[in-house]
Amino acid sequence: MISLSNFLMLAALLFGIGLAGIVVNRKNIITVLMSVELMLLAVNTNFIAFSHFLKNNTGEIFVFFILTVAAAEAAIGLAIMVVLFRRSHTIEVDKLDTLKG
Amino acid sequence: MQNHLITLALFIIILPLMGSLIAGLLGKKIGRRATHRITILLVGVAFLLSCYVYMTIVILGHPTVSGLFYNWVTSGAFQFDIAILIDRLSATMILIVTFISLAVHIYTIDYMADDPGYQRFFSYVSLFTFSMLVLVLADNFLLLFFGWEGVGLISYLLIGFWFNREPAVFGSLKAFIVNRVGDVGFVLAIAAFLMYCNSLNYHTVFSQIPLLKDHVMRLFPGVSVSVVTTMSILLFIGAMAKSAQVPLHVWLPESMEGPTPISALIHAATMVTAGIYMVARASPLFEYSTTALSFIVVIGGTTALFMGILALVQNDIKRVIAYSTLSQLGYMAVALGVSAYDAAIFHLLTHAFFKALLFLAAGSVIIALHHEQDMRKMGGLAPYMPITYLTFLVGALALSAIPPFSGFYSKDIIIEAAHLSVIPGAAYAHFCVLVGAFITPLYIFRAFFLTFHGESRLALVEKHRVQESSWIILIPLLALAVPSIIAGGLLIGPMLFKTPNLLGDSIFVLPEHNVLLQLAEDFPGAHLMAMKAPRSFSFWLAISGIIVACLFTVSFPALSTALKTRWQGVYRILVQKYGFDDFNQLILVRGTRQLGQFLYRFADLVVIDGIVVNGSGRLIRWFAAVSRRLQTGYLYHYALVMTLGLVIFLGWFLLKGA
Repeated sequence: MISLSNFLMLAALLFGIGLAGIVVNRKNIITVLMSVELMLLAVNTNFIAFSHFLKNNTGEIFVFFILTVAAAEAAIGLAIMVVLFRRSHTIEVDKLDTLKG
Repeated sequence: MQNHLITLALFIIILPLMGSLIAGLLGKKIGRRATHRITILLVGVAFLLSCYVYMTIVILGHPTVSGLFYNWVTSGAFQFDIAILIDRLSATMILIVTFISLAVHIYTIDYMADDPGYQRFFSYVSLFTFSMLVLVLADNFLLLFFGWEGVGLISYLLIGFWFNREPAVFGSLKAFIVNRVGDVGFVLAIAAFLMYCNSLNYHTVFSQIPLLKDHVMRLFPGVSVSVVTTMSILLFIGAMAKSAQVPLHVWLPESMEGPTPISALIHAATMVTAGIYMVARASPLFEYSTTALSFIVVIGGTTALFMGILALVQNDIKRVIAYSTLSQLGYMAVALGVSAYDAAIFHLLTHAFFKALLFLAAGSVIIALHHEQDMRKMGGLAPYMPITYLTFLVGALALSAIPPFSGFYSKDIIIEAAHLSVIPGAAYAHFCVLVGAFITPLYIFRAFFLTFHGESRLALVEKHRVQESSWIILIPLLALAVPSIIAGGLLIGPMLFKTPNLLGDSIFVLPEHNVLLQLAEDFPGAHLMAMKAPRSFSFWLAISGIIVACLFTVSFPALSTALKTRWQGVYRILVQKYGFDDFNQLILVRGTRQLGQFLYRFADLVVIDGIVVNGSGRLIRWFAAVSRRLQTGYLYHYALVMTLGLVIFLGWFLLKGA
């Protein structure tokens, strides 16, 4: 029997990998988007796990919504990226420092 | 009845102010003639009202009235009111002020006829009259101070009336700054009244003085002084600047750069006597401090004698009269110091008439000679200007204390009072005023003879053009000549020796100081007093002064040059005015400038600009430069910081929960 804490550890691990992907990655902005997706999936995992163990399917329904929103978000994110590339001819994270003070 | 007098007094104050506003704001629009008509009319009405008030209060013996108009400031327990006090002293003063002011207004029509600042001048003179009336009618020290500063300001404006002449600007600044020195004393005295009496109202303050007479205050650790003495001396320091007593006298000779009517009104008859008036007004205070009275006596005596001597070496006719004013103010101060307040006010009154007369007569000479003031370029003017000549002679005789002219009575009383007084320093003052009685006729008749007698030293072209001034100038001269002759004899009895005398309960004198009472026992009446004059020493001093002046200027002019070369050192000291000006210029002015330079270079440029202003800017720049490093612009840095922050907060939250 797999316990709740195992699921939570898995989710935390996924979240950590996603965060690390955002922080450590210096090259490609697509990786950042993927990392964000990964973090969302970690959250979804938590929802599913709790929903299963609490015998309550609200969490599962919630996951559907999150997936939908994530899909839309990915579409918008990619669109922004295309526009960004048109303007600055790069999608390298290290070069995108216009916020610098 | 009470309201009615107060309303009149309000009108007396407001009318000149209205005149001033009309002349000042609308002067260009309504033209010269309308300007002088309106201002003279308003001052004339004020004069008539003053006559009425004087009649009611002084002659008919109406009791003192005071009225409150407006509550100016209320601050905690302190209350400052705009309130008027009409008693015998202020009624006498408003009469003098409005009378001289009226004469000067009329005189100005001709004196300033071709001046572009005609309307401005009338506006100032009326405004001066207003301030002076506020000063004398005030019922508390704050309103007195308001009038005090008002006359000081207008004195400054009028000395610098011809503001494109450098000496005039210098003179006006000097007058302003020296008066500020005195104001420090005055303001501190006001503060002391507030502290010890909780009020500035004359009556309240003076009623508490007897209770305070044994109090002491600590100036520095270990140095304790009497409260009453401190108040008196501080107040007198204010009076010293305004009434030009040594060593704060330096501004008065410089004030002669102003137009002559002003010299007559402000710097002879009214404003400079404000200090004398103030001390007389505060007599219930000064009476309780023998130290302060001695101080006044010594300062007054010094001024009376030494400033008179300076008049001997002046060549500018107005400056001779200016130094004479200083000397006469010294006489008044001596009278105050020996507690003969009535005599001081009496001399103030007669002096106002004859000194204004002398100034206006000198002004008449000055315009006849097209603004020439140097006596060395005059001489032999008597046949050309008979009325000016006669009126100047009247003024000179009155100043020299020749009976029966008015100055004789007032000055003789002061000399006698100084003789009788037992105050420490009175003997010195008596010596000073006695020698002064010789010096006074000497300098004024020197001026008189140099101007009107002897060889004419005019340029030939001018000699034929000199003519008597117009009637507009002569009428004020004649109007002033009359009281200069008779005021003394008429008023001495009722003013000084009758009970109640002219100033009555406005003046307070302790019985042991009351020299006038002793004099009253021997007073034979004005007529007899003049008849008995030849028996007194001071009379012969005055006569000999006139004779010596005649010898030196008319009979043997060479004598004076001989004396000058013989006593060159003394002469130089006198021409240098005992070095007061040099001292001020070298030590005070240069010291102040250097202090200013130091403050500019160090305090301003280094501390304020460098550290405070630019320093705070630099600090923020530095902080920004450091903190901008945090703003890398990389998304992942922000994400990391966000996460770290979240972790820290969560950790803290969880640990606290546990």
